[in-house]
Amino acid sequence: MDIVVENLTKIYGTQRAVDNITFRVKTGEVLGFLGPNGAGKTTTMKAITTYLIPNEGTIKVGEFSISEQPEEIKKRIGYLPESNPLYQEMPVIDYLRFVAELQGIEKSKVNDRLREMVDICGLEGEKHKKIGELSKGYKQRVGLAQALIHDPEVLILDEPTSGLDPNQIVEIRELIKKIGRKKTVILSSHILAEVEATCDRIMIINKGKIVADGTSEELRKHAQGKEIIKVTIEDGDWSSIFEKLQKIDSVDVVDILNKNKNTFEIQSRANQSSRKKIFKVCVDNNWTLTEMTPIETKLEDIFRELTLS
Amino acid sequence: MKQIWVISKRELQSFFDSLTAYIMLIAFLGFSGLFTWLYGSDIFMVKQASLQTFFGVAYWTLFFFIPALTMRQFAEENKTGTIELLLTRPVNDWQVVLGKFFATLLLIVIALAFTLPYYITVASLGKIDHGAVITGYLGLIFMSAAYISIGIFTSSISNNQIIGFLLALAIGIMFQFLFSFIAQGTGGIVGGVLDYLSLSTHFESVSRGVLDSKDIVYFLSLIFLGLVSTEAVLTKNRR
Repeated sequence: MDIVVENLTKIYGTQRAVDNITFRVKTGEVLGFLGPNGAGKTTTMKAITTYLIPNEGTIKVGEFSISEQPEEIKKRIGYLPESNPLYQEMPVIDYLRFVAELQGIEKSKVNDRLREMVDICGLEGEKHKKIGELSKGYKQRVGLAQALIHDPEVLILDEPTSGLDPNQIVEIRELIKKIGRKKTVILSSHILAEVEATCDRIMIINKGKIVADGTSEELRKHAQGKEIIKVTIEDGDWSSIFEKLQKIDSVDVVDILNKNKNTFEIQSRANQSSRKKIFKVCVDNNWTLTEMTPIETKLEDIFRELTLS
Repeated sequence: MKQIWVISKRELQSFFDSLTAYIMLIAFLGFSGLFTWLYGSDIFMVKQASLQTFFGVAYWTLFFFIPALTMRQFAEENKTGTIELLLTRPVNDWQVVLGKFFATLLLIVIALAFTLPYYITVASLGKIDHGAVITGYLGLIFMSAAYISIGIFTSSISNNQIIGFLLALAIGIMFQFLFSFIAQGTGGIVGGVLDYLSLSTHFESVSRGVLDSKDIVYFLSLIFLGLVSTEAVLTKNRR
């Protein structure tokens, strides 16, 4: 099921939490929402789940619109809200049964689905405990189980791994990847590595607007533009090396990282490469080139660049 | 219909899980039993085979108990955020509101069912007006339903149970006796209007055995008003 969001705007008081955003998520795609706190990730997700009523714009999940057929959408969506709200006083299995009944799962299939969820989410030992007694990691699993129990075609996960330990994070990521192959998934996070590890596509949101959209490679390429390399050159005096490097026609900026070791950071002009020329300069002057590493723009840098301005 | 029942079942379960239901049942039966049989103008004092004393006591006990039952129904869900998960299920706002309403009403009916032995005992003591007993119970159910709808409404407006409780009690007091109290002193059109608004007036006429459509319309309007307001609050919170 495709999700189509068009000109979505949500205003709280005078603040435009989401400002006229448009995007589309295809079936089988895992989309990662990235953005600083208060960027509008959660608001957008809540609007897709039909919980929040937007001020402007339309959202369609499959052929259903959130304003016309919310009930049809709700049947097909699995939602894990940010704070993972659960009825603390209910035993895990009773809660999941309640959810299964509300989602309209046939009576004869409810028990099978419950068993499957307990199995997939690793809740076997905890299923009779009250939710309030569980650790945060197990609560998160219950949260995932309630989102998955009706085998929804669309999954909306708001910060699914927040508060989990590293092992649990890996497990949940694997689970999302596994489930995500057949479903349309939108997940939000402010951990970049997580989005990179689990998502096919990344969308960076800032101040209610989409500031970047693409695969992690595309985002990198887009931000890179200029080649940056780190070089270390031995057998020479740092000032003369610096001078010669700056004279190379394709070099834009030379930065001295370490005078004693003769380490420099060289930024080339747009769409030009200076690697061969640097090598040639070294050979011409009888210097020894001991290090030449391209510096890859980290997703963190792209993120900071796009969201700090 | 099925969705309403699924929600009601969970609400009722949570009344029993949290012991609220047991405390309410014990306290209700204790109070009404004490005043019906043992203390004050009890049955042996009045020397009439009638349940009027019981209905009077139950009328006041339920008035205080119902806000205590309804106060957490929406406030707690607002506070923990579970309301969001509930409203993103394939249910509409009305089914959620009605589910909660019927759960509390069912608990009250269960409590009233436990007082049927009073009726049987009194009936064996003398000649009892069966019609008045039936309408008396009916009056209690109508009155409870009205206060439940008010209580659910006041619970929905904030995430604080205490606010829900006090506000329900404050609104309840107006219907319970303030309106009729002021009506007695004013008279004229204003007095007439206030007298009509007073829940006690309608309860008394129903529990005396007169089942007038005027009273039924009154109770149903009050219930409807409470539930519609709750639904409006739920929608407003999502805007």
